[in-house]
Amino acid sequence: MQLNGGQALIKALEMEGVEVIFGLPGGAILPVYDPIIDSPIRHILVRHEQGAGHMAEGYAHATGKPGVAMVTSGPGATNIVTPLADAYMDSVPMICITGQVATSSIGTDAFQEADITGITQSVTKHNFLVTEAADIPRVIREAFHIATTGRPGPVLVDIPKDIVGPTNPRSAMEWYWPTDAEVTAGLPGYRPNTTGHPRKIKEAAELILAAERPVIYAGGGILKARAAEALRELAELVEIPVVTTLMARGAFPDDHPLCLGMPGMHGNYTAIMSMQESDLLIALGSRFDDRVTGKVPDFAPLAKIIHVDIDPAELGKVRRPDVPIVGDANLVIQELVKTIKALKAKGDEQPDLQPWRSTLSGWQEKFPLAYEQPAEGDLLKPQMVLEALRDSAPEDCIVASGVGQHQMWTSQYWTFRHPYTWVNSGGLGTMGFSVPAAIGAKVGRPDRMVWAIDGDGCFQMTAQELVTAAAERIPVKIAILNNAYLGMVRQWQEMFYEERYSEVYLSPDLPDYVKWAEAMGCVAFRVEHPDDIQPTIDKANAIDDRPVVIEFRTDASEKVFPMVAAGQSNSNVQVPDFQRTPAQAAQKETPQ
Amino acid sequence: MTPPLSTDPKHHTLSVLVENKAGVLARVVNLFSRRAYNIYSLAVAPTDDERFSRLTVVVDVESAPLEQIVKQLHKLINVVKIVEHDPRHSIERELLIATVKVAVADRHQVAELTRIFEGRILAVSNDALTVSLEGHPAKIDDFEELLRPYGIAELQRTGRVALNQLERESTRLHAVTSVRGKVS
Repeated sequence: MQLNGGQALIKALEMEGVEVIFGLPGGAILPVYDPIIDSPIRHILVRHEQGAGHMAEGYAHATGKPGVAMVTSGPGATNIVTPLADAYMDSVPMICITGQVATSSIGTDAFQEADITGITQSVTKHNFLVTEAADIPRVIREAFHIATTGRPGPVLVDIPKDIVGPTNPRSAMEWYWPTDAEVTAGLPGYRPNTTGHPRKIKEAAELILAAERPVIYAGGGILKARAAEALRELAELVEIPVVTTLMARGAFPDDHPLCLGMPGMHGNYTAIMSMQESDLLIALGSRFDDRVTGKVPDFAPLAKIIHVDIDPAELGKVRRPDVPIVGDANLVIQELVKTIKALKAKGDEQPDLQPWRSTLSGWQEKFPLAYEQPAEGDLLKPQMVLEALRDSAPEDCIVASGVGQHQMWTSQYWTFRHPYTWVNSGGLGTMGFSVPAAIGAKVGRPDRMVWAIDGDGCFQMTAQELVTAAAERIPVKIAILNNAYLGMVRQWQEMFYEERYSEVYLSPDLPDYVKWAEAMGCVAFRVEHPDDIQPTIDKANAIDDRPVVIEFRTDASEKVFPMVAAGQSNSNVQVPDFQRTPAQAAQKETPQ
Repeated sequence: MTPPLSTDPKHHTLSVLVENKAGVLARVVNLFSRRAYNIYSLAVAPTDDERFSRLTVVVDVESAPLEQIVKQLHKLINVVKIVEHDPRHSIERELLIATVKVAVADRHQVAELTRIFEGRILAVSNDALTVSLEGHPAKIDDFEELLRPYGIAELQRTGRVALNQLERESTRLHAVTSVRGKVS
């Protein structure tokens, strides 16, 4: 079958099972947009290319399938660099197709030319510059293979205009579709290792059965490997408590008796201290990020480490593991479960974990997540807004967030009961992530309610995508926690810069969020009084045909606690003032 | 003063087999740069198989970061195989060419030095001599050192290339190749 390169590209995407492309056309990618008219693939026209990238990420987070974004050359391509970097940091499978100037013009500083494969080398898992139309099907197959296997990540495919132009002779090609074997043969340097080494798995099982104060440190890799079920089986088999990192919220149910919640800089006291005091950390698909470890030499000083990761470079990068296991989390955990069962059947017994459980429940009792209720007439507390949103949403509701205080409060106060219900920017910390990511998630899971919890600073970065959502009838819900500040920066300035507030004030009513949201085709509400929280959320939840925005006026002086200051030991976790005295008392009691 | 290559314990020689694809050298170099690893020398050329090129990289690190470098290099899709050459069990060679400013009266001293090292005289003029020497990097270091007092006008070294010794496999080599293929 004779096709032109543009037709071949769209056909290749169809062959890969792509349902939706998030994108925005321009000169160089124009020939590829023509065959989209005849394709069953849905195209969502964004208002800014960054939106396309975050939508593709949101789609991937919610569905597990690779998100696809398509933009033009030059500025279109550079506008999507941030989402690529974001997807790279959080191992999100994503395909980004960029237009490029014609092959004969590459390197001449042509109009809208940018060296996007050069620019994105360090923020993609791999990228391709395709120079022959005949290579298109092979490269698309390789791109999807690379993006979705091993440690997932973004792959960029740069397509010069001449090899896709409908009338350009360079674009003519004979259609083919490479086999799996051909794809593998074409990538001789890419052989992800998915099965863990049996001897290491046995060593890990023995350590687990001998530990007195074990903790499972579950990371985003659990979700990427679709290992939530296996994780639960392991945790329940050995009754070991689980902390879920920011990237792993939902990987283990928050309402499970073994769940300790989120560790790290703004984790809860018990999750943080359980790792500090543990004698065995079972790290599953987690990467000892600085936001989790605090000061590395002081992190979990008594713990032996079992580290399971699909990426060998993560093993020993930060902390040298006692038992390193390279492999897919799902497969390795299943093998661990089998091995532990076999050892138990042979008579191996775990030590009594009751003393450890009492220590943990003692901390949970003394240091629950807590905040002070507002006095009459004060602004809303962000936490109470989140509690109301959480309690009004169905339990499989998908929640997206931006980056900052509101993100930490959402992670802390939401109860995640299911995997793939939490969409956020962890590694890169990209402000403005939530609106487009929520839209992408809703496109992928139209059956689910999708809330984006956003800050006023974040909202102003990518709000224009609500126009996309209104035009495409994508009924996402946005809660803006408007405290009139870049709240997290304000918190650091208050705590570490002697309350010298430098360039963090944004104003509560400039812009007018309600008018703005309405102008973008959304239904919009403003809530200033605690009594209005619930009725307004109920109204928003009842709307299912267009996007809804609720602006909550919240207290700027509210800080995120607990907190481990940057570079400090996790043992110096700060709790809020009203918990402080018992905190000091408790520190004396903690077992060594 | 350049430290002698073969005696610096922080120097490790990696032989990196890469696919012969556009931009592959940039990917390798970019990785070193963004992860803040130092390249001491780099030699690149196609292998006998036209699909692949071999990079011989001498890196300037302690052994713990070296493990991270090898693992990060493996993550590059176009990197096929990495071998660390233990200097005790590999054959290493480098080429030097140098122009030495030397008066006619002293020319014979440089010529003699070159002869002792089994180097070659490539060009001669009234006040200068261009010589070349191929050999083990340590030998090249020595030669360079002895040439220096005569006044080196220009000097170029190729960077080291290496192959395994024939008779037996080294244990360190085995340790590195055992991570082979575990890419993601």
